[in-house]
Amino acid sequence: MAKVALGLRVPLRSVSQLIYRKGDAEMENKSIISLQNIAVSFDGDVVLKDLNLSIRDGEFVTLLGPSGCGKTTTLRVIGGFVTPDSGDVFFNGKRINDLPPHKRTVNTIFQKYALFPHLNVYENVAFGMRVHKRKESEIRDRVHEMLQMVNLSGFEKRKVDSLSGGQQQRVAIARALANHPKVLLLDEPLGALDLKLRKDMQVELKNIQQQTGITFIFVTHDQEEALSMSDTVVVMDKGQIQQIGSPQDIYNEPKNAFVADFIGESNIVDGIMHDNYLVEFAGRKFDCLDFGFEKMEPVDVVIRPEDIKVVPPLQGHISGEVTSVTFKGVHYEIIVDVDGFKWMIQSTEIQQPGDIIGMILDPDDIHIMKKSEYSGEMGDYSAFSDEIYEEVHQEEQEQTEVEGD
Amino acid sequence: MKSKTAAIPYVIWMLIFIVVPMALVVFFSFTDRSGQFTLENIANVGKYSTVFLRSIWLGALATAICLLLGYPLAYIISRAAGGRQSVMIMLVMLPMWMNFLLRTYAWMTLLENNGLINKALGLIGLGPFELINTQGAVVLGMVYNFLPFMILPIYSVMTKIDTRIIEAAQDLGANGRKVFSKVILPLSVPGIITGITMVFVPAVSTFIISKMLGGGANLLIGDLIDMQFLGNSYNPNLGSAISLVLMVLIMICMGIMNQFDDGENTGGMMI
Repeated sequence: MAKVALGLRVPLRSVSQLIYRKGDAEMENKSIISLQNIAVSFDGDVVLKDLNLSIRDGEFVTLLGPSGCGKTTTLRVIGGFVTPDSGDVFFNGKRINDLPPHKRTVNTIFQKYALFPHLNVYENVAFGMRVHKRKESEIRDRVHEMLQMVNLSGFEKRKVDSLSGGQQQRVAIARALANHPKVLLLDEPLGALDLKLRKDMQVELKNIQQQTGITFIFVTHDQEEALSMSDTVVVMDKGQIQQIGSPQDIYNEPKNAFVADFIGESNIVDGIMHDNYLVEFAGRKFDCLDFGFEKMEPVDVVIRPEDIKVVPPLQGHISGEVTSVTFKGVHYEIIVDVDGFKWMIQSTEIQQPGDIIGMILDPDDIHIMKKSEYSGEMGDYSAFSDEIYEEVHQEEQEQTEVEGD
Repeated sequence: MKSKTAAIPYVIWMLIFIVVPMALVVFFSFTDRSGQFTLENIANVGKYSTVFLRSIWLGALATAICLLLGYPLAYIISRAAGGRQSVMIMLVMLPMWMNFLLRTYAWMTLLENNGLINKALGLIGLGPFELINTQGAVVLGMVYNFLPFMILPIYSVMTKIDTRIIEAAQDLGANGRKVFSKVILPLSVPGIITGITMVFVPAVSTFIISKMLGGGANLLIGDLIDMQFLGNSYNPNLGSAISLVLMVLIMICMGIMNQFDDGENTGGMMI
């Protein structure tokens, strides 16, 4: 992925920063939703602190982060289910802090769908229009149109609890879109589906978004989902936005160790910036494409595992001993011990544990980040098994987040 | 196999204490004192139709009042914060920890002609009112004693309504009133049905409440049956016949109620 941005890397980053800075004032006018200095806390626990976010009309925005990062709360602030302690919510330039959910022209697709169990498919989709007292003929046409869009024609009379997870999900989509919302909020809508169905629904949701031109605000903790669906990704952690950018920006130019670690796999090592385009890490100096740092400034260096080229030991910039090899289908995941720091390499060639291999790091494989509060916490694969444990553990926490977040 | 063996004691229990007594009731209903088959008992039940009507009327009235009082309360409790919910439920249950007779006696002393209420009213120059030995007193006793049986099933159904479903309704544009009429009310129908059953059945067949608060004038079916077995007019055959007719009446009532439940569901779907 990084190779796509070859050479372009320097201008790309500065341009994206420029757009972002210049954009603030401009986007104020064009944005459909704007959150300004939003702070939320539950029982003294800070959930969101000083959050600022502008969303343009027609955009597919993903709020991405681990459980408890505040992404669902951000969505609920927009939906009107959480009133911020301070800060303002604007919709089309109008402050809507005190507008109750039923008066907002946004609709939500809830986690686990939240369909009405006492109503059939037709009535679930018709609910919003009935509440708004639309004409019967209009309702009928719209329900049929919506059900056709989500491939559920003929399911009108079915009870919702007789449907599969994927079908219930489609009903939820049809129900939310039937109301002609200006903005659709999606709260981890694919979380309960199996992998295959998930992939299909990702494509389907993206198609629906492009067809209807409605602004989608999508919450997920799945980075792959975020990268493949969004126009803009908002990476969140600890109630704060860590980075806003296009999927390419976020992947190629992570702002700090958290973003680098959360989006894809990353080796993150301590380095020292000797000069523009010259960084020292892993015991030697490397040419790189980054500039604008202080002389001798300590930095975090990110190298993506797929960018490292494996060569015989003496031909590499650095070398180390292979400690484990895992087959992942497309590639092998190879963990290499270089002077005690464990690197991850993704390579299509198999290595044997115990082999000594060399590694080539070209200038465009190296990305330099300023030190942050996350420095030193991530990017070393010596605790790889722990990370897997944490991931499993995180899944369990997801459950509690549903109630808590 | 194991579960079948484990069920044997229950089957025996049910045979001895449910099936056999039921059979006896049916047997006594259709026989005279010498054990000969007769329809006279059943025919005689007709003489007491006013008692039946009064019982059903007062029972229905008490059930309706329980529903009107209990439904909003159950709703309020189910929406309260966790800690307060359990306190409120405990307060609802609290009177039930006291003996049923004691509770009803307490109402007697309150409602008597020179009881607490009339005395208090007397102080401000009102009354005395005829409070005890009226139909009102009987209904009051029923409502007081059976209200928790209305609140609890409705409450338990309401707490099971997912808050996300309510949020989904709000999200789709429903204001508070519409959330209630289109989501909460239809979803709490099963609780209402259970509540009505649990209040109406004991209220229709009660005898202590009417005896203590209704005086002689407001005889109910329960009292009538009581008299056939323990009173002066000892006639277990007639008593059994009355019980049987009451049982059939209650079964019909419940059948209608359940029909209403189903109708509500499909009706909701078709609207």
